[in-house]
Amino acid sequence: MERTTVSASHDTASATTLAPARQIKLLARHPNLIAFAILVGVLALLPLILKNNYQISVLNFIGLNTILTVGLALLMGYAGQVSLGQAVFYGLGGYGAGILAQRAGIPPFAAIVGAAVITGLIALLLGIPLLRLRGHFLAVATLGLNVIFLLIATNETDLTGGPNGLSMPTDLSLGNFVFDTDFEFYILIWLVTLAILALSLNIVNSRIGRAFRAIHSSEIAAETLGVNTARLKLQVLVLSAVYASVAGSLYAYWIGIVSPSDFSISFSIELVVMVAIGGLASVWGAIFGAAVVTLLIELLRNFLPQLLRGASGEQQIVAFGILLVLIMVLMPEGLTTGTWKYIRKWRDQKKVSNSK
Amino acid sequence: MTPDQLFQLFIAGLTIGSIYALIALGFVVIHNVTGVINLAQGEFAMLGALIAITLTSETPLFNRAFTVSWNLPLVVGIVLATLLVMGVGALVYLIVIRAARTDSVIIQIIITIGIAIALRGIALIIWGTDPYRLPEFSEGPPIHIGGAVLTRQDLWVIGSALALFILLYLFFQRTFIGASLRACSVNRTAARLMGINVPHMMLLAFVLSAGIGALAGIVIAPKTFMGYDTGTYLGLKGFVAAIVIGGLSDERGAIIGGLLLGILEILAAGLISSGYKDAIAFLVLVVVLLVQTTGILRRGTRREAAGV
Repeated sequence: MERTTVSASHDTASATTLAPARQIKLLARHPNLIAFAILVGVLALLPLILKNNYQISVLNFIGLNTILTVGLALLMGYAGQVSLGQAVFYGLGGYGAGILAQRAGIPPFAAIVGAAVITGLIALLLGIPLLRLRGHFLAVATLGLNVIFLLIATNETDLTGGPNGLSMPTDLSLGNFVFDTDFEFYILIWLVTLAILALSLNIVNSRIGRAFRAIHSSEIAAETLGVNTARLKLQVLVLSAVYASVAGSLYAYWIGIVSPSDFSISFSIELVVMVAIGGLASVWGAIFGAAVVTLLIELLRNFLPQLLRGASGEQQIVAFGILLVLIMVLMPEGLTTGTWKYIRKWRDQKKVSNSK
Repeated sequence: MTPDQLFQLFIAGLTIGSIYALIALGFVVIHNVTGVINLAQGEFAMLGALIAITLTSETPLFNRAFTVSWNLPLVVGIVLATLLVMGVGALVYLIVIRAARTDSVIIQIIITIGIAIALRGIALIIWGTDPYRLPEFSEGPPIHIGGAVLTRQDLWVIGSALALFILLYLFFQRTFIGASLRACSVNRTAARLMGINVPHMMLLAFVLSAGIGALAGIVIAPKTFMGYDTGTYLGLKGFVAAIVIGGLSDERGAIIGGLLLGILEILAAGLISSGYKDAIAFLVLVVVLLVQTTGILRRGTRREAAGV
């Protein structure tokens, strides 16, 4: 943490004079490119191996959860703000697109963009007062927002369809092409996910990203160095809300219906868990966390009833809770960063013993 | 709305508010002594109620695999259930909290959420999804005060909450261990230098809060159905109550916050709409936090300044 503060302040203070630093930065960007290429390759190959729709739909969920966790990772890891209400923005995307398409009769992709804009504006308005709060105060306030959102979605039956949910008026279509299979949504969802990953990696490696990290290490230090912390935090909240909204709209069009239970507090918590397991300050960690948690929940749901006679899939939550506690106690940095740290420590120790 | 009806709502609010106040108190005791926000507080209430119900009446367990009918007397059931939940509180501290040495609020919150999820899951395995109820503590016709009707259980809830508040006050103010606990909440390092065994005090805080939570769950169990997931909302409301007035570090603030929250909620349900009853707590919370970022009594300021 300390190292990032130093380099962040250093870069912002004298970025123009340091040519070698820029070269190192270019090199440092290569692992991202390589990882990105590997991810695209895996995504292209996976549908060849997986033939059944269930497996494709799990991949779709991983994609949607990745979009959500990348935004949340920027918010939590880089800007240091806990949100236990990210499902609100996800829900605004889902309901927003549905209501816009239904009431205004605009084409699906316009509805998705419209919902994202509206969600971004709502995040902006909520964020101005909310981001004055810190730590657990912010956590509980965002949790409160989630409760209020769910109650509105349940009670305003005319607008949202109430507990039964809101059916999307049309299929998702672009020109004459209609997205109506899981596989078509697989391609769409992951194209969007890749675009959002690329955008986020660029943000993290930019001046703004360094400012985020500076805020995370020490808000006061960042402010004394001329970082407008309040504005940056607001920007990252709006960005994460827009991501979540896009994911929500895609989800709504893919499933065809949204209901309040899709945007529950436990889903918000699951998202925080994904970010935590991936490592708070890591874009790659976010996709890893999304994949691990989504697969884990699916596996537990499918295999627990076979292992324990009479156990229903719902009882996965015990194992989920215990695993969560274990990971957070043993590796508070998350699985990826935690493992890297152990490897680095081991390498350093070897280096020290060699030089002796 | 007649004054009598208003009074009736007020009594109902006071009853549920007592429960929120007890749970809020549990949050504050743990937070003050250990610095941890224990989001599994509501689960202690759920466990207390379900264990008490199992001990005192016929209950099918483990997906109806077998049914227990110990039918213990109510008092014995309540005491045993409370002690068992205190044991759970001790285990939570000893196994998880003591091992997790982190100052990060995010990590702490996730860890205690994990504990809450695990406890809820265990309850789901043992008791299934069916909600259960305790019988009322004492039978008899309801009591009329003015135009309002008070059930005997209302009196039990308000009375036991009041008794617990007084007992806890005496414990914290008049006993040596209570003073040690208070010393830990003022400054843990200084307390250690004065020879107080801080880890023991932290363990005690968890045991005490688990006990308070369990009792809260037990006394409300005759008035509302308790199931594996009831604890979540009770815990959230208790958290709100603890934070709104006292900023999570003031015991009196937690009690006032709990009572006010209960009354406000019932009044809002009666006067506005019952659909949005649960929104009131969080609406109040958001508004109060925005006006006064560390709770109305602002005792949290120092801790916040030091912690962030």
